[in-house]
Amino acid sequence: MLELEDLGFAHPGGDWLFRGVRHRLRAGEITTVLGPNGRGKTTLLRCIVGLTAPTRGRVRSHGPIGFVPQSHQTTFAFRVLDMVLMGRARHLRPFASPGRHDRRIALAALDRVGLIHLAERDYPTLSGGERQLVLIARAIAADGRVLVLDEPASALDLRNQGRVLHLLRGLADDGMAVLLTTHHPDHAVEIADTAMLMFSADDVRVGPAPDLLTEDAVGALYGVRARTLAFDDGGLARTVIVTRHEPPEPGSSNRPVPGSRPPVDTGGARHR
Amino acid sequence: MRTSVGEPATAADATGSRRSWALVVLPVGVVVVAVAALAVGRYTVPFDRVLAILLGQLLPLPPTWTGTEATTVLQVRLPRVLLSMVVGAGLAVCGAVLQAVFRNPIVSPQILGVSSGASFGGALAIILGLGYAALVTGAFAFGLLALVAVYLVSRVGGTAPPLMIVLSGIVVGAFFTALVSLLTYLADPYDELQSIVFWLLGSLATATYAKVAVAGVPAVAGVVLILALRWRINVLSLGDEDAATLGLRPGPTRWLLLTTVAAVVAGAVAVSGVIGWVGLVVPHLARLWVGPDHRVLLPVTVLIGAAYLTVIDTLTRTIGAAEIPLGVLTAVIGAPVFLLLLRRSRRRMWADA
Repeated sequence: MLELEDLGFAHPGGDWLFRGVRHRLRAGEITTVLGPNGRGKTTLLRCIVGLTAPTRGRVRSHGPIGFVPQSHQTTFAFRVLDMVLMGRARHLRPFASPGRHDRRIALAALDRVGLIHLAERDYPTLSGGERQLVLIARAIAADGRVLVLDEPASALDLRNQGRVLHLLRGLADDGMAVLLTTHHPDHAVEIADTAMLMFSADDVRVGPAPDLLTEDAVGALYGVRARTLAFDDGGLARTVIVTRHEPPEPGSSNRPVPGSRPPVDTGGARHR
Repeated sequence: MRTSVGEPATAADATGSRRSWALVVLPVGVVVVAVAALAVGRYTVPFDRVLAILLGQLLPLPPTWTGTEATTVLQVRLPRVLLSMVVGAGLAVCGAVLQAVFRNPIVSPQILGVSSGASFGGALAIILGLGYAALVTGAFAFGLLALVAVYLVSRVGGTAPPLMIVLSGIVVGAFFTALVSLLTYLADPYDELQSIVFWLLGSLATATYAKVAVAGVPAVAGVVLILALRWRINVLSLGDEDAATLGLRPGPTRWLLLTTVAAVVAGAVAVSGVIGWVGLVVPHLARLWVGPDHRVLLPVTVLIGAAYLTVIDTLTRTIGAAEIPLGVLTAVIGAPVFLLLLRRSRRRMWADA
């Protein structure tokens, strides 16, 4: 569905932000991109959706990519349904306005994210979580099979984080290919099939999320000491990753560390 | 218009009926305003006779009117009313388009310096002793130049902060206004100076059918194009990056719209000088009535613009013994109305002002 071929980006005259990024995202799969601030997650996403030209390599996609930016304010107070309708832009001729067919698709998309009851509200009056869901509905209405999201859960409270993550898992199970960035390793553990860890410009690792998201790897990625906690969530094996309150050892921060298995068994920890 | 989560149907009905009501009432309102404007003045023609005279041009009606009445309505007032409708509709819709393209609800052709640029172009043509065609062309070229300058200057690192846009517009406008002052200083005081000053004052008093054509052709063509793009303008107003990821190429759409705005404003400035406030006040009135969706907002803006300037122009020639300059009255009425709208409707019209 989505293929990144040797993707690299450097600011003109500057060092590589990342290079040699290869990944193939299949239908029904979720990839989460993790990395500290400034490591290039957002730039990578911009290269994927075509907002920034990659310095080298290329992106191949089956059909258009639906992009969900971080929830934002609009200049004008459009209604929620009108916002979602704008997802139809690429299917309409330049002088056309959306018709009944587009309206049905937009309403179905709103229903899919569970906000059909807010269709007539003004978009700016919604909460941050609701706005994020509206932007996801807009991407769904665009009829793409690939969904790319920039930190969809970052600015949300706990309940809304769960709502968005659950929705994304459901969309993938419906056959979409989903790629998102996140600051929460837990989110990756919870919904992702694949994780992409951006350690440094030349060291971007991609692999099955449970294998890659070890204590050592997460600790090295963010320059902290991480701890994996496994527990039984009503019969479901789950894992969370927490930071430990110890100063990092000198020289150990921000250094790529070979991935190792965590001390506790996290196999099958994904929660669907 | 704020409704709770539990009653979306009520909100839908309210918005829907508000929109359809506007599009039914307004065309009727515009016709009523036009007929009233044809009737009133120093020489009053009864309402029914105005209608009869107008219909008599299309149908073989027995003349129930006098020759003087027919001349007053058809030769004196009709070109002026048509001109005020064309100029009002054009300036108003240009204001709405600029507000969407710049994603800034406080811009208008005047604030962005388009009107000043156009008046410099026109004044230059007068000074050089060129004809009326050159005046229109000059107005268009320098109006567009001003718009492009504001657009390029206000973009800082890919985005254009609202304050930067307004400041660039004021600076570019001031620059062209200074150039116009220079031209009036250099102008031949017995001939050119008079025509420049008279022209720049902003008036519809010298309306002719030829002027209706000069302003009307770009205005009608521009309005048709803008209305055809009305939904794209919604998408464009989300910002370039949002529009691009939704599959719209923002660049070509924006340049098409800015060029159209420059042509419509040039036509208006060429026939009537600088008429301020219409492009700012009318889109706000329209947004307060039907909301920000450009699919409805733009046609409503066109209709309100036509009626608004016709009402004000009719006032200029009826409320005093001598005619009041139109530019003065649009400002005297426009400024307080705009302040009122600003205070009343901040939250409803814009997402976050």
